Amino acid sequence: MSKLAHIETPVAQSAAEEISAYMAEQEKKSLLRFLTCGSVDDGKSTLIGRLLYDTKLIFEDQLAALQNDSRKHGTNGEDIDFALLVDGLEAEREQGITIDVAYRFFSTPKRKFIVADTPGHEQYTRNMATGASTADLAIVLVDARQGILRQTRRHSFIASLLGIRNIVLAVNKIDLVNYSQEVFETIVKQYQEFASELGFKTIQAIPLSARFGDNVIGPSENLRWYEGPSLLQHLENVALDDADTTRPFRFPVQFVNRPNLDFRGFSGTIASGTVAPGDEIVVAKSGKASRVKRIATWDGDLDIAGEGQAVTIVLEDEVEVSRGNMLVSPGSRPDVADQFAAHLVWFSEAPLIPGRSYILRTETDQVTATITDLKYRVDINSFAQEAAKSLDLNEVGVVNISTQEAIAFDAYKSNRSTGSFILIDRLTNATVGAGMIDFALRRASNVHWQALDVDKSSRASQKDQKPAVIWFTGLSGSGKSTVANLVEKRLAALGKHTYILDGDNVRHGLNRDLGFTEEDRVENIRRVGEVAKLMVDAGLIVLVSFISPFIAERRMVRELLGDGEFMEVYVDTPFEECARRDPKGLYAKALRGEIKNFTGVDSPYEAPEHPELHLKTVGRTTEELASEVEKLLIDRGIIFNFDQSSWSI
Amino acid sequence: MTKNLTHLQRLEAEAIHIFREVAATFANPVMMYSIGKDSSVMLHLAMKAFYPAKPPFPFLHIDSTWKFKEMIDFRDSEADRLGFDLRVHSNQEGIEQGISPFVHGSNTHTHIMKTVALRQALDKYGFDAAFGGARRDEEKARAKERIFSFRNAQHSWDPKNQRPEMWKIYNTRIAKGESIRVFPISNWTELDIWQYIMQENIPIVPLYFAAKRPVVERDGMLIMRDDERMQLLPGEVLQEKMVRFRTLGCYPLTGAVESDAATLPEIVSEMLVSRTSERQGRMIDRDEAGSMEKKKREGYF
Repeated sequence: MSKLAHIETPVAQSAAEEISAYMAEQEKKSLLRFLTCGSVDDGKSTLIGRLLYDTKLIFEDQLAALQNDSRKHGTNGEDIDFALLVDGLEAEREQGITIDVAYRFFSTPKRKFIVADTPGHEQYTRNMATGASTADLAIVLVDARQGILRQTRRHSFIASLLGIRNIVLAVNKIDLVNYSQEVFETIVKQYQEFASELGFKTIQAIPLSARFGDNVIGPSENLRWYEGPSLLQHLENVALDDADTTRPFRFPVQFVNRPNLDFRGFSGTIASGTVAPGDEIVVAKSGKASRVKRIATWDGDLDIAGEGQAVTIVLEDEVEVSRGNMLVSPGSRPDVADQFAAHLVWFSEAPLIPGRSYILRTETDQVTATITDLKYRVDINSFAQEAAKSLDLNEVGVVNISTQEAIAFDAYKSNRSTGSFILIDRLTNATVGAGMIDFALRRASNVHWQALDVDKSSRASQKDQKPAVIWFTGLSGSGKSTVANLVEKRLAALGKHTYILDGDNVRHGLNRDLGFTEEDRVENIRRVGEVAKLMVDAGLIVLVSFISPFIAERRMVRELLGDGEFMEVYVDTPFEECARRDPKGLYAKALRGEIKNFTGVDSPYEAPEHPELHLKTVGRTTEELASEVEKLLIDRGIIFNFDQSSWSI
Repeated sequence: MTKNLTHLQRLEAEAIHIFREVAATFANPVMMYSIGKDSSVMLHLAMKAFYPAKPPFPFLHIDSTWKFKEMIDFRDSEADRLGFDLRVHSNQEGIEQGISPFVHGSNTHTHIMKTVALRQALDKYGFDAAFGGARRDEEKARAKERIFSFRNAQHSWDPKNQRPEMWKIYNTRIAKGESIRVFPISNWTELDIWQYIMQENIPIVPLYFAAKRPVVERDGMLIMRDDERMQLLPGEVLQEKMVRFRTLGCYPLTGAVESDAATLPEIVSEMLVSRTSERQGRMIDRDEAGSMEKKKREGYF
């Protein structure tokens, strides 16, 4: 069978010519990506349904299905309910609301359009942000009867935050206010007042009725007082930001393509600027320089490539480059830093907590990161900066972030591709936040580690021991400190240098300023972890005895330390037994409601999944438990295996 | 100087980026190869994404045993031509039970021979990411789906709780047993697909072109009698008609359209004046409202 039989088949000349002319025209069309946003019931989905219908993008079978659906779920009586065209999920159709963003496609002789129809409910803000992150323009819908609502402001703010510069203020349902010019102008004035702070390049206000089609495609008889463009005219003509070829070259490396020894190319999508064979480039993280040898593609090598193109670059020299690094122009380099300030939108039901560690992902890089400081939260209504200890679902804040290793980036305002990141929860893998980098924190690039001549291993060998952290975690009253104390006594008897960190000696001094809320507990453990790390650096065996209820914090401390330096000991005593022992009378108080945030009562305890040692305490003596810890230390080479008799004291 | 990319160049670059992202971040990806025109475009894009290397993953065809014979021939010749790693899986239990769309209806057939078969194959090979050729313009539930679409260990989709998908940053992290379905051509329309096939000279199954074929009118659709398993019902007549197919699947469930369009330009021009959507020829979507969403939740692509 000839593979290309269909292409070689002679065709009627006229049809072929007609179609190639049509195709050539299609080729010239530009693409506009926009989203519709605004409050619930402002008519976003109806507007898109209307655009699709009026631009003849709805097929007969879809129309028939729509008429069926309109009778079943519609909110317009016998009329067609256009919203049902885009609300594709069953839950959405039943509840008559939009839950998730839907993408729709239509084109006119001038342009192709990709529309993101985004939900209006506040709880689905993250889906609105998803639609906004790839859009060039936002249509903000306002119900003429309602005026500017909380969601109008929230969505405008998020659109601005995500770098959208063109806004259409669509004053919808104008038919329900008798096509009133006065109502329209009042709303426009209100909007302009608050939007002046948001840095939009254009705001085009249009009065319209999505349901009846006034001013959607063409001018409306009912709105003769309005002299501006209809919605579609505006969408067809609004100036697009062209790819700016003067921006510096940025090429985040996605994939190293190495099919054989003769070819080693770096694959990725050009984030900005242009590149040509012979161009000098540097590797962002190492500063190593080389030249571009080839730009390889399936369609042949390219003489030049620019923003948005997915290519494979071959360099003249064997330089070390892997995924997450960036090839950049030598004259204008991105920041390479492990600390930076950023705007953050929070997507998760579980609040953002400073001190907790997350996975930070840029377009191609991935590192562990911690929010070191929540500088302020932004009030969506007044845009005021408010002090805050955490960020809740759908809140926006400005934070300092510290990453475990340096990443290469630009400010978001100068490059959306290289200035953005997401945060991922380490346990659930959920995407919990989206960030836009403002600037590098200079202390990261300028404060270098003081290289010390006496290091951890020399201090430890002086003491004839291997430093480590033995981390006892468990409920209050489970016996952590009792076991830790006995282990320390025995280590001291062996001449080992040790130190115990527990609530008593830390909470009264270093952490006196912290309470027992979730945020403070995280910070408490972070500080204890850092102190333990310094002590390990000093060559000590550190015994830490803290409830430390959260898996995430214990893991954060584990990662602060070197391999094999952290040992988690789970002191496992059932809640009922702890409450029965109640050595400090705390359980009695907590159960009476006199102590808030008490672990096991009204604050959770997350048991370790893979502790180095799991101590079940019920029915066992402190001596037996301490011996188990000693055995662990012997197994891990922290202390040597002496004759057991030498252990007794 | 470079100029702004055209619409199609942007779509192509986006798809290539997605292919590479999966290859770089998953341990054991697979591409679902369904032999249709969208699969042909996907295959072409995958070849481009990894040039000069071959795509670093296998291609999996779920064979319901009711595909058109010409599809199977085309599949095998493409695997020969391009040298990709083709794997074919059928639900053996379904075959033993004699599951047939004629006897058991489209719902049962699709569930057992496609959805269950797919889950079996994914579990058998332990794939952690699977490329699919779904497009958002095809169907309302698909219009809502992310490009990287998370599936739990039971392969099901939770449409009310999708991960936010910001910029080109894809969250590819999963726990053991979970997986991600990836749709590189999410943002393409049917017209984009045809335009790209023309521009790039991509081979497609000849069934897309009009020819004289033996068809039977049944339930308002023209069904091609591809083999002896299709029994004529009382009153039905086998007729030779000039027909072609807008989508391809199991022959008993795929309606032909009467057409003289025997070349790509003719197909495109026919499509431009068409007043019905391409999925209309598929029985799967007509069974009940929201049926695609239901199937997707159960693990269908």
